[in-house]
Amino acid sequence: MSWEIIKQSLPMFQQGFVLTLYLSLVGIIGSAIVGIICSLVQYFKVPILDKILQVYIEISKNTPLLVQLFFLYYAFPAMGIKLSAQLCGIIGLIFLGGSYMAAGFSGGFNGVSKKQVESGKAIGLSNWQLARYVVFPQGFALSIPALAANIIFLIKETSIFTVIAIPELTNTALDLIGLYYNSNEYLFVLVVAYAIILIPLSIILTLLERRVRYGTFGN
Amino acid sequence: MAHSGINVLFEGTNFTRLLLGMWTTFKIAAIAIVIGLIIGIILGILRTFHNKLLRFVLRIYLEFFRIVPTVVLLFLFYYILPRQLNLHMPGTQVAMLVFALWVAAEMSDIVRGALISVPIHQRESGLAIGLTRYQLYRYVLVPQAVSLELPATINLITRVIKTTSLLMLISVMDVVNIGQQIVEANNQKYPTGVFWIYGLIFLLYFLIDYPLSWWAGRLEKKRLEQANGE
Repeated sequence: MSWEIIKQSLPMFQQGFVLTLYLSLVGIIGSAIVGIICSLVQYFKVPILDKILQVYIEISKNTPLLVQLFFLYYAFPAMGIKLSAQLCGIIGLIFLGGSYMAAGFSGGFNGVSKKQVESGKAIGLSNWQLARYVVFPQGFALSIPALAANIIFLIKETSIFTVIAIPELTNTALDLIGLYYNSNEYLFVLVVAYAIILIPLSIILTLLERRVRYGTFGN
Repeated sequence: MAHSGINVLFEGTNFTRLLLGMWTTFKIAAIAIVIGLIIGIILGILRTFHNKLLRFVLRIYLEFFRIVPTVVLLFLFYYILPRQLNLHMPGTQVAMLVFALWVAAEMSDIVRGALISVPIHQRESGLAIGLTRYQLYRYVLVPQAVSLELPATINLITRVIKTTSLLMLISVMDVVNIGQQIVEANNQKYPTGVFWIYGLIFLLYFLIDYPLSWWAGRLEKKRLEQANGE
């Protein structure tokens, strides 16, 4: 293990690091939006739309991201739809993450006590008001553990973007290994880079979960 | 679309090759899951013991496999094993090893979670009637934990199957790798063939994972209904 090699590679890893963070952030926000829409539609059993979204959820969560990316990146151009690699990555991540986030939110929304919902209905709230003031605030708090797990999962999934040559962290490391064969050094930096992102995040999310649990039981 | 690209699937032995690739994928996943589940159950039980050092070491093991993405794990083992330990393994075996260790790590957490959520009075009653630690786990805790952990275990299995799509990265001849070869070989003749090849791979993965996740969902629902009914 040579520190000189590691030092020289750092500027490249820095670029990969920023790109991984950027793609993860866009992917997570996009997935959360898709997830909230899907779970609210399913919670209120909006006719037809809920069946369509159910099909999407099943397809999304039962197929690998790599195959989804290949489909977007290689098969779509054959159908006349050309997208840049980064856009494919983001769409793929949101397509995959949407169903995971939907499951997370649904778990939270379904955990909101029936009494709360019925009381809301009894005082004449519309579906929208029920969602906005009763189900969402309480359900969101309940779904935080699942969302935290999804966030970490999605960041890790960005490593698969390497297959469509997006120069994120993993791709940077593989490129460098291909060029200079210093696999020990580059893999070491790669693991450290993921650790720098994921360890603090996982600690923050655990603290947040604790805070929420404390709030839920109203101690 | 005039010369429909779907014919690429039936050209020569393409279709059987894809299915054979899926079989390779499936075999690696199955072996890794069996080994991983066995090790994971043992580690999960060990993690409920009161030995602090043991718990700490196993926790580090779990966190390592949780933090490092699977792609990176595959490369770590693929590059480091032959170089540092002079251990030359073909890609398929590296994949089995990595997946087995990963499954073991995740499974240990599932088992631990299930074991500690068996009501405390069950454990205490067992101890009160003089069961040994082995008997306590064998007859009281593990059987009750199994029903709690089954949905999570099935979901873990679907994740492993999905993750096998990464095998092509360490040059295993899996279904994705074979699909890529077929696409490259037939690109001139069937420009839209790529759509059907990746479409078929998409479908194959879906056909394996969908029944499993449906089963897990049903078990989970049943368990929730039972819990609410009590």
